Amino acid sequence: MSSHGIKDKVAIVGMGCTPFGEHWDLSVADMLVDSATQALESAGLDKPAVDAYWLGTAASGWGGMTLSTALKTDYRPVSRVENFCATGSEAFRNACYAVASGAYDVAMAIGVEKLKDSGYSGLVKTMPAHDGTMGQLTAPARFSLLAPAYCAKYGVSLDDFKEVMTRVAWKNHYNGARNPRAAFQKEVPRETIARSLKVAGELGVFDCSGVSDGSAAAIVVRAEDAHKYTDKPLYVKALSMVAGPGNGPIDPDYDYTTFEEAVRSAKDAYAQAGVTDPRAELSMAEVHDCFTPTEVVLMEDLGFSGRGKGWQDCRDGVFDLTGELPVNPDGGLKSFGHPIGASGLRMLFECWLQLRGEAPAERQIKIKDKGYGMTQNLGGGPGDCVSFVSVVGSELG
Amino acid sequence: MSGRGILAYGAYLPHWRLRRSAIGAALGNGGGKGTRAVASYDEDTTSLGVEAARAALAGRALAPRSVFFATTEPAYRDKTNATAISAALGLGHDVLAADMTGAVRSGTAALLAGLRGDGPDLVVCSDIRTGLPGSGDERDGGDAGAAFVVGAARPGDTAAPLLAEYLGGGSASDEFLDRWRLPEELSSRVWEERFGENAYLPMGERALTAALKATGLTTADLDHVVVTGTHARAVRSFPRTAGIGREKMADTLDATVGNTGAAHPGLLLASVLDDAEADRVIALVVLADGADVLLFRTTGALAAHRPARGVAARIASGHADVPYASFLTWRGHLDRESPRRPEPDRATAPPSHRLGDWKFAFTGSVCACGTRHLPPQRVCVSCEAHDRMTDERLADVRGTVATYTVDHLAFSMAPPVVLAVIDFDGGGRFTCELTDADPATLEVGTRVEMTFRRLYTSGGIHNYFWKARPVSATAEGEQA
Repeated sequence: MSSHGIKDKVAIVGMGCTPFGEHWDLSVADMLVDSATQALESAGLDKPAVDAYWLGTAASGWGGMTLSTALKTDYRPVSRVENFCATGSEAFRNACYAVASGAYDVAMAIGVEKLKDSGYSGLVKTMPAHDGTMGQLTAPARFSLLAPAYCAKYGVSLDDFKEVMTRVAWKNHYNGARNPRAAFQKEVPRETIARSLKVAGELGVFDCSGVSDGSAAAIVVRAEDAHKYTDKPLYVKALSMVAGPGNGPIDPDYDYTTFEEAVRSAKDAYAQAGVTDPRAELSMAEVHDCFTPTEVVLMEDLGFSGRGKGWQDCRDGVFDLTGELPVNPDGGLKSFGHPIGASGLRMLFECWLQLRGEAPAERQIKIKDKGYGMTQNLGGGPGDCVSFVSVVGSELG
Repeated sequence: MSGRGILAYGAYLPHWRLRRSAIGAALGNGGGKGTRAVASYDEDTTSLGVEAARAALAGRALAPRSVFFATTEPAYRDKTNATAISAALGLGHDVLAADMTGAVRSGTAALLAGLRGDGPDLVVCSDIRTGLPGSGDERDGGDAGAAFVVGAARPGDTAAPLLAEYLGGGSASDEFLDRWRLPEELSSRVWEERFGENAYLPMGERALTAALKATGLTTADLDHVVVTGTHARAVRSFPRTAGIGREKMADTLDATVGNTGAAHPGLLLASVLDDAEADRVIALVVLADGADVLLFRTTGALAAHRPARGVAARIASGHADVPYASFLTWRGHLDRESPRRPEPDRATAPPSHRLGDWKFAFTGSVCACGTRHLPPQRVCVSCEAHDRMTDERLADVRGTVATYTVDHLAFSMAPPVVLAVIDFDGGGRFTCELTDADPATLEVGTRVEMTFRRLYTSGGIHNYFWKARPVSATAEGEQA
């Protein structure tokens, strides 16, 4: 299999991100206009300069016209993409490839989701017509299978692991409390997290990402044009998207302690970017903390921790804001909620702020030599998912 | 010698029991002693029938040519329900699947219809019996299924001998109002008790006389007598009227199961067959809109061909703590607030038909490399070969819980939903709901078996599929 990547061929020159939250007074179109306007202003561009659009939304609209009617994109191409919870990342990936191919000079990737209008708790999936045999299981139930399996495999007590899960939530809320765009901007005491109402398995309410509305957008151009728009572009070092065979639920060899899709997409992305020691080389990582055990397992799948060691590293603060490798410095899905189409671009937005030194002082991380950041976005469930990894950096080469 | 009779039989009782005292405790009066069997929220007469038929057919090389299904509570009207039963049993398309629904007597009629032909015919009787809260029907009813394969034994067929020969019978019919219900009503009406008794007893005697005459037997020849029917008082008085000694009378299971309507004659017959010795004459007397009497003689083959789990074992393994509020909710008498989750969307007709072997029969696929797939796949998850699959039905294969979780968020009539990853004996994994399970006693390694259930009803469509249920240690020892 070949995967050549497009390292340093494309740069992000502008981004926008709405506050995430319960936007009772904003429509999908409103949020699209807000994030697109911010992104255009950030790049110093007028709308006619954008040649093509990729819109990511899982269920808040159909077709390119969800964006073109809201933004009046003047007969430009708009592709609506969907790839489970990695939908926003998929929009970004396609926009980057379009620019790298030479087909367009300027492309916008924009993601949006309106979850709060449904009136339901948690995510609501619309299924194609089916035979009724696939069950009605919720995302927390599927992800809750990770904790007991991990404990059994590595001989960790459920109490110790629950403490680590609590710490992950506590850390992400700590970061989110320093982020004016987060849906939940309060620190949460560990006791509150640990004692929260059970949703599924060992997962309490505070082990789950919230439900919110939001939108984020990025403008990408060829790398050589980047400085026309900004002094501080972010170069795309790697893009990897992996769709798994979905064998977890049907293959007895799967043990619910890893996301093979994340392992594969990280490996591919690191190869594209030339990263050999992610924990040392990356300045930060935004990962898909849909549920607290997911973040623990991802630390191992993404090569930040050895197998069976992720829980200790999480416990020891390795991924704190001031730790060796800050993970989810913006507060993650935990603080932002998960408006599906927007989340992947929201992760990139934090890279945009941090790597350019523009995050608020109270959560600005220390940038390592390479100026690399990564995002990881997951869609589906354990053993049955898609995974996206990007690496972006502030310097060429 | 008719040469016809019962080739196989089985019964099914749901896991749950309601203590009758719980009714009085909730309503302030009524209730009573003992328990009644309660179909779970995910069971209906079709699924009860499937489970009973599985018990009858398990391990037996019998290929019924017809499926006759009797119940007073058909899951669908206008549409045959026996087709779902036949599909769930994997009987193929070359069968006559037909319903005999509406009245309690349909159960006996289905059995008689089968016994009058050469078969083999599968007769499935099941019922869910209740009434308005506080009513006698609610208290005295029960839910169960019973199934028989009936027909002629083929000479030399040692795999399917007669377990009980049908000696003959007699029927009597009369038109009177004792118990009835308009089609749109949720519960039945009954006339004053003594009128019904007066109408039933002569019918019973008439049918018994006809049966004895047809078989050349006398009441003294009867070893075991089962009397049941729709009128409790007439059922109690009939043996005395007919001169049948109490020592011959079979337990009517009133104290433990309740009267299971169209299933009850079959359930009681199965219960007697569980214990009867060879060469015993069994009389089945059913008082329902007249009377039917069926006479059987057990054979020497019975002992070796009983179902793995008998009626007594099923009674003993019941779980007696279903709260009255849950019972009312499951039967639709208590409309409870739903969780803030969308109701499941309906299963649609074309995929349900296209994938019918999977959905109804739990038939997966096995690759030429030996890897099992649930649901069936065209491309092997292991060797990735295309289209080298053959069908394999896994409904009767047991498995082990590899991992599980308790989902408090998912929509259910009986939250929380328990999701389990099941690894099947001999390979293959499927992730599905557990039912009849207490989350507190579950653990990785819990042994499970598959059970046919109605997952939910949405958009006027019942969604039938399979769930896993824990296997008790004693049941695990039984040869299925």
